[in-house]
Amino acid sequence: MIRFDNVSVVYDGAPAPALSGVDLAVPEGELALLVGPSGVGKSTLLGAVSGLVPHFTGGTLRGRVTVGGRDTRDHPPRELADLVGTVGQDPLSHFVTDTVEDELAYGMESLGLPADTMRRRVEETLDLLGLADLRDRPIASLSGGQQQRVAIGSVLTPHPRVLVLDEPTSALDPAAAEEVLAVLQRLVHDLGTTILLAEHRLERVIQYADQVIVLPTPAATPLTGTPPEMMAISPVYPPVVSLGRLAGWTPLPLSVRDARRQASPLREQLAGVTLDETPTTLWAGVPHGGTGGHSGPQPSTPDAPRAKAGIRHALFRRKQTPPPAGGHPAELTNVTVRRNRTEALRNLTLKIAPGETIALMGRNGAGKSTLLRTLTGLHTPTTGTVRVGGEPPKDTPPKTLLRRTGLVPQDPRDLLYADTVAAECAAADKDAGAPRGTARALVTTLLPDITDDTHPRDLSEGQRLALALAVILTAKPALILLDEPTRGLDYAAKHRLATVLKQLAAEGHAIVLATHDVELAAELAHRVVILAEGEVVADGPMAEVVVSSPAFAPQVTKILGTGPWLTVPQIRRALEAAA
Amino acid sequence: MSTVQRLRAPEAHRGNAVHAGAWWLWALGLAVAASRTGNPLLLGLIIAVAGYVVAVRRTDAPWARSYAVFVKLGLAVLVIRLVFAVLLGSPIGGTHILFTLPEVPLPGWAQGIRLGGRVSAESLLFALYDGLTLATLLICVGAANALANPARLLKSLPGALYEAGVAVVVAMTFAPHFVADVSRLRAARRLRGRGDRGLRSLLQVGLPVLEGALERSVALAAAMDARGYGRSASVPRGVRRTTSALTLGGLLGVCAGTYGLLAAEGARYGMPLLLLGLAAALTGLRLGGRRAVRTRYRPDRFGARSWLVAASGAAVAALTVRAAGYAPEAMRPGVVPLTAPELPLWPALGLLAGLLPAFVAPVPVRAPAKESS
Repeated sequence: MIRFDNVSVVYDGAPAPALSGVDLAVPEGELALLVGPSGVGKSTLLGAVSGLVPHFTGGTLRGRVTVGGRDTRDHPPRELADLVGTVGQDPLSHFVTDTVEDELAYGMESLGLPADTMRRRVEETLDLLGLADLRDRPIASLSGGQQQRVAIGSVLTPHPRVLVLDEPTSALDPAAAEEVLAVLQRLVHDLGTTILLAEHRLERVIQYADQVIVLPTPAATPLTGTPPEMMAISPVYPPVVSLGRLAGWTPLPLSVRDARRQASPLREQLAGVTLDETPTTLWAGVPHGGTGGHSGPQPSTPDAPRAKAGIRHALFRRKQTPPPAGGHPAELTNVTVRRNRTEALRNLTLKIAPGETIALMGRNGAGKSTLLRTLTGLHTPTTGTVRVGGEPPKDTPPKTLLRRTGLVPQDPRDLLYADTVAAECAAADKDAGAPRGTARALVTTLLPDITDDTHPRDLSEGQRLALALAVILTAKPALILLDEPTRGLDYAAKHRLATVLKQLAAEGHAIVLATHDVELAAELAHRVVILAEGEVVADGPMAEVVVSSPAFAPQVTKILGTGPWLTVPQIRRALEAAA
Repeated sequence: MSTVQRLRAPEAHRGNAVHAGAWWLWALGLAVAASRTGNPLLLGLIIAVAGYVVAVRRTDAPWARSYAVFVKLGLAVLVIRLVFAVLLGSPIGGTHILFTLPEVPLPGWAQGIRLGGRVSAESLLFALYDGLTLATLLICVGAANALANPARLLKSLPGALYEAGVAVVVAMTFAPHFVADVSRLRAARRLRGRGDRGLRSLLQVGLPVLEGALERSVALAAAMDARGYGRSASVPRGVRRTTSALTLGGLLGVCAGTYGLLAAEGARYGMPLLLLGLAAALTGLRLGGRRAVRTRYRPDRFGARSWLVAASGAAVAALTVRAAGYAPEAMRPGVVPLTAPELPLWPALGLLAGLLPAFVAPVPVRAPAKESS
């Protein structure tokens, strides 16, 4: 159905090709999964199928791409619209109209289908995707999972034979992701649609794939094969595969169910080993990577050399009170936050201790982002009190607040204004009153190979996140908040982020991360807070809270069933200790 | 019982919605009526009629909230008109002097302009009537805006205008995103330890906001391309030229005709010119539609209820224009000498025809519908 013959793509002005020597074929009715680290050209490959590369993006495509017998060389994207449906990473930038029903019909209108056919297909698609109750709703009022389903539905109505999806579940909570994947599976099984999808969160999708295409490094020849074959050699793999590789299971399990069948020897082996240490001390033994550990910026003193020591600035500095030592970096007492008529947070009480890492979980729209924004003073509580460093954050001047709390927002670009990395770092030093070079040193620790003159918007998602984190860390805030930090991050970037966050926690920073990524939460968090409709529904150590939850339990917990086991590294250490 | 029950307005849903064009025709009818009278009582009645229909038939949709904006705009126009009358004086003389402002002497070249001076009750009243007419026109436009879904209106444009329509729809959905971006980025400045208020913060986020908007537009353009936007059939050159000529000429005719109708002087040539222009423009659009291969999904139908809505507007306009013919003094009460305006009975009853949509248009469902008989 999709065939690439010796395809290479070079973008104008790029030193190296984005893709080279790609030969692959996806037969009709298969779900092919495209995996690989960030920046290896997954999006370029997907774009080549829909004809957007090179017709829309520019650049030169050599070789031949055919979809359903049509050569993309002769067919621009709009001439392929009846054959290929494409959904990009951000569903919001996909929508042309304002209501669900119109959006589903838009593609068919462009193709000029007769009115009665359109009506029938819209009704069918509404049912297929479970959108019937939402048909008249404005798209802007839908949740992330609903929007993703509408985006998929909007390309399904013209009955394409090929569906191309770029990270369809990365912005979704576990339940919504299941929902979307169930729909995709139904399309493959019932309609024989060919699906090509790229996804970083392999733990969610690998079990549904018929074929896996691995792009190991940029411009390398892709490897294709069945999921078990590919997972044995892929540079990126989900925890279930990691555990399988560790325990030497053959065939390599891809789903929790497969793994559980093979897990009983491991379970017995682990039964004698107790995890007598709390996760904190367990992490204290983790080596801090090869960078020699980052010592953090030196707290600046009033006599530290400053580029521009304005009088106001100096006065300001003297007045500022350091956060009370030993106190809680943040405390919320009976906080209710209302936005228009909806209560985003309801009667919420939470204390955050220094050195503690809290994973904030819950479905899309449960109030996670609102909680983080309330802690930075972006929302004022309707009732109740918020104290960050002993003061309400809303009334704290921004300069002081910077030292008490730092938030990396969902889109790190919100924090980046300058046009080069160097300018951004200089601005961060100035904002935080830190000695010159502090931010740059942090950036170098987090991202070793980044040059001064790079534009922040040209960085990959992971690099941008690291830059924003460095900017925030320049002021050494006692409380670090991260909103959905792993969106679009591959396993390596996630691992680097986790290492950095563990170091920060060990240095006494309190960290709160709002995330859908249960694996990251399992690796990092001491404590999990689950929100639902603005209320805390669970609060406690990770192992206790998530163990029985089908949505929030990490794969290792699901496989081993009992015991305090959350991550593969824990098991590796336990086995080493037992040996 | 059965007949009354059957004639009662049903609950609104997509299938029975009043055509957006019908709402605009109704509002234009009211606007024409407003432009033909200076009687504050009649103007007040028009505002009341429009307000009542909006109150009972608008939805919770974002565009429906624009009514309040238009009402405020109308009030602002009224106030500005009064302030100008006080400051700059007025050609209406008048003997009832209310107060006298100090007059600013102006150089010779500014002859004919007066700043300050005597303010008469007559001139204020004249400004009030005048301003009220303008405010009523604005409120009529606001009512149409609140009742008709703008996206749906654009969807009922002829095929040739479709692309322009999409541009407007995209712009309309982008505007809220843009505003949200600005406020989000301004808020994010706080996270960098900078002030989040003042003009400076607005300027500093300008570039990132524009970059973001540009990125989003490119992504949207890619998505639209991949979804078949711009597939078109080929059309001979002659047809294309004729299309352009007819459309442009027609639109000019429509503009001139509308001006003639609204400006009291040109009622004679206004109507024929408007009709001629409309015919030419429609032919042009019909020809232009040949290029488009698109079809329409569930277009709004101009059903019986839409006709009634449009007809009520037309009736209001026709009755008022006629009344202006036989009772000019009641429709435009004089201010010199100062008299209280009277409410002319028949024109007032005519305006009440504009209430018809409040009874025939389908009732919007506000709360989620409950299971009931």
